[in-house]
Amino acid sequence: MNAAYVILAAPALGALILLAGHRRLLEPVAGWVVVVLGFVSFGASLWLWVTLLGRPAGDRVARLAIFSWVPVDRLQVGFGLQVDPLSVFFCLFVTGVSSLIFLYSIGYMHRDPSFARFFFYLSTFLFSMLVLVLADNFLFTFLGWEGVGYCSYGLVGFWFDRDRAAVAAKKAFVTNRVGDFGFMIALFLMYEHFGSFDFSRVLAPLAHGATLPTAFATGLGLMLLLGACGKSAQFPLYMWLPDAMEGPTPISALIHAATMVTAGVYLLARSAPILHFSPVTMWLVACIGITTAFVASTIACVETDIKRILAYSTLAEIGFMFLAEGSGDFSSALFLTVTHAFFKALLFLSAGAVIHALADEQDIWRMGGLRKYLPITFGAFFVGYLALSAIPPFAGWWAHEAVLEAAYHKDVWLWVTGVVVDGLTAYYMSREVMLVFFGRSRWKEQRPEPAGAGGGGHGGSHADGHDGEPHDSPWTMTVPLVLLAIAAVVGGVIDLPFPGTDFLTRFLAPVFPHTVVPGFSLTTGTRVAIGIAGTAVNFIGLAVGIVVWLPGLARPRLEPGFLRHGWYIDEGVAGAVAGPLAVAADSTAYVIDRRGVDGLVGGIAALTAGAGRQLRRVQTGYVRTYALGIGIGAAAILIYAAARVGG
Amino acid sequence: MTSHLGFPILTVIIFVPLAGALVTAALPAPRSEQLAKTVGAVTMLVEIALVATLVVEFKTRTAGFQFVSNQPWIPGFGIRWFVGVDGISLFLLAITALLFPIALLGPKVVGQAKSFVGWMLFLEAACMLTFVSLDLFLFFVAFEVTLVPGYFLISGFGGLRRNYAAMKFFVYTFAGSAFLFVAILAMVFLVGRYDGHDSFSLITLTRWAGHLPIADQEWIFIGLFLGFAVKIPLVPFHSWLPDAYTEAPTSASMVLAGILFKLGAYGLLRFGIFMLPEAATRLAPLLLTLAIIGITYGAVVTIMQRDFKRLIAYASIVDVAFIVVGIFAFTAQSITGGVFEMVNHGLTTGALFFLVGMIWERRHTYRISELGGLQKSAPILSAIMILVIMSAIGLPGLNGFVGEFLVLVGTFLTDRWWAVIATSAVVTGAVYMLWAYQRVFHGRAVGANATIPDITLREAAAIAPLLAGIIYLGVYPTPFLNRITPSVDHLLSHVELASGLHVPERGNPRVSYTVPSAQRVDLPSSALASEVVPARLSPARGRDLAATKTVAGGRQ
Repeated sequence: MNAAYVILAAPALGALILLAGHRRLLEPVAGWVVVVLGFVSFGASLWLWVTLLGRPAGDRVARLAIFSWVPVDRLQVGFGLQVDPLSVFFCLFVTGVSSLIFLYSIGYMHRDPSFARFFFYLSTFLFSMLVLVLADNFLFTFLGWEGVGYCSYGLVGFWFDRDRAAVAAKKAFVTNRVGDFGFMIALFLMYEHFGSFDFSRVLAPLAHGATLPTAFATGLGLMLLLGACGKSAQFPLYMWLPDAMEGPTPISALIHAATMVTAGVYLLARSAPILHFSPVTMWLVACIGITTAFVASTIACVETDIKRILAYSTLAEIGFMFLAEGSGDFSSALFLTVTHAFFKALLFLSAGAVIHALADEQDIWRMGGLRKYLPITFGAFFVGYLALSAIPPFAGWWAHEAVLEAAYHKDVWLWVTGVVVDGLTAYYMSREVMLVFFGRSRWKEQRPEPAGAGGGGHGGSHADGHDGEPHDSPWTMTVPLVLLAIAAVVGGVIDLPFPGTDFLTRFLAPVFPHTVVPGFSLTTGTRVAIGIAGTAVNFIGLAVGIVVWLPGLARPRLEPGFLRHGWYIDEGVAGAVAGPLAVAADSTAYVIDRRGVDGLVGGIAALTAGAGRQLRRVQTGYVRTYALGIGIGAAAILIYAAARVGG
Repeated sequence: MTSHLGFPILTVIIFVPLAGALVTAALPAPRSEQLAKTVGAVTMLVEIALVATLVVEFKTRTAGFQFVSNQPWIPGFGIRWFVGVDGISLFLLAITALLFPIALLGPKVVGQAKSFVGWMLFLEAACMLTFVSLDLFLFFVAFEVTLVPGYFLISGFGGLRRNYAAMKFFVYTFAGSAFLFVAILAMVFLVGRYDGHDSFSLITLTRWAGHLPIADQEWIFIGLFLGFAVKIPLVPFHSWLPDAYTEAPTSASMVLAGILFKLGAYGLLRFGIFMLPEAATRLAPLLLTLAIIGITYGAVVTIMQRDFKRLIAYASIVDVAFIVVGIFAFTAQSITGGVFEMVNHGLTTGALFFLVGMIWERRHTYRISELGGLQKSAPILSAIMILVIMSAIGLPGLNGFVGEFLVLVGTFLTDRWWAVIATSAVVTGAVYMLWAYQRVFHGRAVGANATIPDITLREAAAIAPLLAGIIYLGVYPTPFLNRITPSVDHLLSHVELASGLHVPERGNPRVSYTVPSAQRVDLPSSALASEVVPARLSPARGRDLAATKTVAGGRQ
């Protein structure tokens, strides 16, 4: 079990090395340090997994106390790790995907002047993410939770001289903080009720028969849900994620698709014993998930930025994970989490290769025909496209079908909406692939100006590669693509819906005992029927997208304005913040505070000074106003005291 | 009476900087500039060594006052040289000793070094005395004397509007102190009636204050509160603060915000609540409300500030309101969090003012609109700034979170909805800090912003201890909490006993702490106690405060 320490120590060491040597460590070295330590962490995770498998299923929990953190009176919180199937599951895919993306970043960030700073953040991020999933109490989880938030802030705003990046970074952090507000209230409620944040004292008794009052469970569940919505960018706190695409593409792949944004999914899965006692919360989790999925998919149908389309699809996929959790099927949610990590990281990284090849161009209308120039990238993107569109037998299909079965069991309308979302996903992904890789090479016709205008430090860094035609990336970038593509094709095997092959579900079963996660079963006939229906819709969406967008012609009627404005949700919020709220705050600061509160003080001062002048005339001018005040006050109280004593 | 060290260390701690100040004043005028700085530095280093000794020798798991010195001073009025330290004041001494040399040596000082060093040393002595006084007269003198060096530091070395700011600072807080002084006198005279003779001793007054009619207690408490509220400052008594802190030179801002800021909250805790627990608990809802208003209103006003230094000054108002919330929530966690937050705030705000001062030295402006893109040319300065900002907005793993979280989690037990409103600060704090950071450090640098020098070695060395503190206190606050908590628990038991307040508790069984003999110093005989007030402190009601053994162990 001590491998858990290695898992954490490796990225921490990487961060420290880069912190200490950021001036001396030159370009590839800084990256390789982090990559190697990332793989060390992955290796340790594998070791831990094997160790865990060697134990009987009922005995796969170990707690490792490190040291006491906040001991005050009866509040005792420590740094401690909990090794169990859920945390090991997250460790495995987080370290695995992270290591591949680190490797990719060495090529992608080549010649960036802040190369070492980038890898410092990456290493810190990995450490925080692992703390988040390994912690043995909710407060320590919160430390990792905020740590990944901070790294996200630093990485979204990595090219800080672009105003859009700086604004997006702040927006991401502040929106996350709204969620953190909920998380903190949840912590307070937990301490009030359980007197502890430890999983062993909060969750374990619930899994073994203890119960919670429904009202309390609902309050706690809703606050946890608010926290999860912030970190996982779910409705209504979702708008920071598309903006976060201002960060470097490996960051979009790692933090804003594969790992960090699934922290909310982890939190809800971890809290399953609490949610069980609040049907309302479960329903709300499902509804928020499906709402986010629907809204995001519709917006993605008209988006023109290669990365923002993927960002909206990430929102939709996480919405699906929430949908599964709300429907009471946590292992399907986690199945989708891991397969999504594979194919979405793959999509982002290949999108990054496209952007890289076209000198920071991100508008899909200025791409086209790239399959001939970027064969490896195209292959990788295409695999990701089919996996995300839930086309059998790719990994995404198995996971989506599992989620939709759970949704169907919960409520048929959840299932219907889910199928529509899947169809939309296949449609807009076809649109993206057609416009980027097929059709005319529009990037030849109107080469945009060098990205330097808004590009800052990064724009100039690829200038070397664009004397000729776009070409595939160096091996450090293509190897991760190939490996992720393989995972996206065959990843489904970890949890097949046949007797005896549901490996992941069985592995996670001790974390979700039947007392708190009752489970359900559908007849084989039903499963086949809804499977065929859903898959058919996916194919239809795929076909429609291909037919409509293969010619590469603009079709304004398919891109209605209200969708291009994202249902006006973000603009409405921004308008309220920039308009009435800003005015109100400004007048508080400069009218109420300056003229009101301080003006009153000035008035009193002037009054006193005036009175002092009058009194000074009477009293020959030796009395200071404040001394007078003290004198009168003291005299008054003396008289009062004397009266009390006398009486 | 001396401490177990064999010499009265607290008295020495107070007089060392005072002696340094006198030496500085006596230096010959020519070539005194460098010499004065040397004298100041040496004195403050000696002071650090002394306080370090104190921290090391301080007994943990003990609730009462340690290193007590108690000598008659003005016997006619019952005024004594009565000093002692407990878990609540221990780390305030430590942060004082740490912050002063950094403030003295870190930022560049414009003006006459000799008088600057002299006033700084004098201010340090006054702050130390304020934190260790257990005699109300002594406390009041020290509390007021801090204003004098504060005034001269602002008016002598400050910005353009320094005279206005210094006068406002002095008169406003002095006006508040008038109420404080009246309240102290009233307390002493009213209690003198029971005790037979006047005494300013905190412990004597505490022993008898509970016998006063509750209306009297409340009036006295309100008087104390007004004095402290101006000093804290609580909204709406805050308007002297932005002017004073913004106009003060960097060094003075650091110590004014880092140390003097805490005097009010400390006084409230040490004197207000300890002496008059019943009045304090009765008035707590009112005071909590004021503090909550301070948090929300302060945050809104902070967001819109256009001057970076003023923004940080306003942010301090929010932080200190948190301390007040913690104090008046009356739980072990919230008060410990409040005390911890006092130490935190010294580190964080000290560092923030230092950093803003560095920007001033490079750009000669605090206006946010004139700054921008500084991260390009000053990456290390920016990295330090973001670390300190993250501490200020309570990122777990840094010191700010521990204090903030303890305050909130404790407050939630007694005043749930107030805690919820206060928690909104996690959002607003991020808004004002990160928006300011974005406008100053992000974006494209133009003009002079593009070529500022990064942090110098001297500046980095000066700020390093603060950064180390920020991280250490965030990761491993246990040694600090273990020293603070016993005193807080003791205070709370006293409040519970005297006011009948029930403090809700959650979690593991509590540990018990011993109260050393120093604590029992002034308490009258139990015979007298039972004669005068059978109702309040009789065994039937609880335990006699004078009883030794354990204070905790079995709160009802």
